[in-house]
Amino acid sequence: MSVVTEAPDRRRSRPAPGAPARSVPEPLWRRRDRRWALVFLAPQMLGLLVFLVGPLGFAIVLSFMKWDGLGDATWVGLDNFRAQLTDPYFGRAVWNTVKIGLITVPGGLVVALLLALALHGVRGRTAYRVIYFLPVVTSSVAVSVIWQMILGSGTDGILNGTVHDLFGITLPNWLEDPTWVVPAIAAVTVWSSLGLNVVIFLAGLATIPTSLLEAAKIDGAGPWQTLRSVILPMLSPTVFFTVVVSVISSFQAFDLIYVLVNPDHNEGAQTIVYKVYQQGFREFHFGLSSAAALILLLLTLIVTAVQFKAQKRFVHYES
Amino acid sequence: MNHRKQILLHAALALGGLLMLFPFIWMMLASFKGVHQMINEPLAWLPGPWRPQNYPDVLGEVALGRAYWNSMYIAAVTVAATLFTGAMAAYAFARIPFRGSGPLFGLLLATQMVPAQVTIVPLYIMLARFQLIDSHLALILPAVANPFAVFLLRQFIRAVPVELEDAARIDGAGRWTIFWRIILPNIRPGLWTLGIIVFLASWNSYFFPLVFLNTPDLFTVPLLLDSFSSQRGGVDYGLTAALSAMTVVPMLIAFLVGQRKILNSMASSGLGGR
Repeated sequence: MSVVTEAPDRRRSRPAPGAPARSVPEPLWRRRDRRWALVFLAPQMLGLLVFLVGPLGFAIVLSFMKWDGLGDATWVGLDNFRAQLTDPYFGRAVWNTVKIGLITVPGGLVVALLLALALHGVRGRTAYRVIYFLPVVTSSVAVSVIWQMILGSGTDGILNGTVHDLFGITLPNWLEDPTWVVPAIAAVTVWSSLGLNVVIFLAGLATIPTSLLEAAKIDGAGPWQTLRSVILPMLSPTVFFTVVVSVISSFQAFDLIYVLVNPDHNEGAQTIVYKVYQQGFREFHFGLSSAAALILLLLTLIVTAVQFKAQKRFVHYES
Repeated sequence: MNHRKQILLHAALALGGLLMLFPFIWMMLASFKGVHQMINEPLAWLPGPWRPQNYPDVLGEVALGRAYWNSMYIAAVTVAATLFTGAMAAYAFARIPFRGSGPLFGLLLATQMVPAQVTIVPLYIMLARFQLIDSHLALILPAVANPFAVFLLRQFIRAVPVELEDAARIDGAGRWTIFWRIILPNIRPGLWTLGIIVFLASWNSYFFPLVFLNTPDLFTVPLLLDSFSSQRGGVDYGLTAALSAMTVVPMLIAFLVGQRKILNSMASSGLGGR
């Protein structure tokens, strides 16, 4: 560690070639301080280099190679990306990933916002807050195992069977039917992450000054108008933040889908992340798997960039 | 708000609450059902004869205590190491001027965008080289490198008055003493927030243990539950429900005890750039 921390330090204190020599020598404490900065930074920065930045670079290199981890690696250029983008299964996985995001993000956030508005200022809201938050602290594996038992096995399943007995309606076979599996995943996802968004929105609502709300009332604004012209603009930074985070996490969702549905047997539940896992750790196509992962990264970056562009129009920051 | 509206609102909220609780209630009921009842009356909501025997039965089949210990100490080590090294880096970014501080911090924020799935194949290859696959270190080490931790704690450190630090410096304290005696005690809420987030993430983690662990003795709680339910879930869900109940209920109790702290932590982390 000492080698790493001292080497750049010495280089920095040397004047750049062509730069005028310093007339005043640097104070000793400042030089010592720089050394301290390196000491404080070293553990995290080394960790990030070894476990994040290095592997990212490695993933980029791997995506241009054909390698099964045992034999020789061969350079194949863009073949892996070409293979993914022309593979209908991968296309399906991309579409499923986007579809899950398109249902869970707006659906989850609207429900959470309505709940937060209802809870804000209601007596006894702590109890509701706690109840709605329970699924968030529960592991996604446990959540999936429970829901699997509730949603599973057609009309023998507890939910479908009960609905059938009570109303005579036959509900779809949620976890096996390729067209209904995405809505089922989305519903469980919304259920399990609702509490977190409610708590974040409640915290955002608490920062709106009551004087603003009173002023709106005095000006004769109804509840709808207050929501549109006071609450939503004031809450927009929080909403923006949760939208970005929700989109990113919906693209990376794995645990819940994998345990709830087992995408091995249901194409309708195969997402990009599932492809990364399947091609990497089932088929040992490290190159293909890395290419899939990089396509996911690219998709994330594009969507986030679009959101930051949109932020300028919709998000209101107090100056 | 008038009285009638209040009642309607509470009715709607309670109904929603019941919907949130329903899977947990159903899990508890199912954990007392026997195979016999499931075959004869699959749609019964209440256990026919209550069968508490499911609990000892499933405990005889899987090493739940072992998995609990594994998950607990992995989470504890991850939290301690993340808080300590994260606070150190955050202090350097917040208070020690050095060349390249801004760009380096920008780079750190950018790495947050990289999904874990992008690095998992290279990480696997790397850890295999170090002979760390199928060991708990493979779960702990990568988790400690946490740009979010540095970002969050830096926010908290920036809120600590500089005057405190200056006063300590006049008294002859060095950087390390200031960090240890002034900064850390003053960012306790931040450490709690981060500690809870990191603990939950480690405790509930599934993807990394799934890829990195093979030996059942090393399994964490979620991995154990998953492997049991995928083998036996369809056959005897009374046992699976009993096992899920035993993995879920202790966490729910811990949450109920510390709910104020946990909810506030989540709320403040959610506001991120505040």
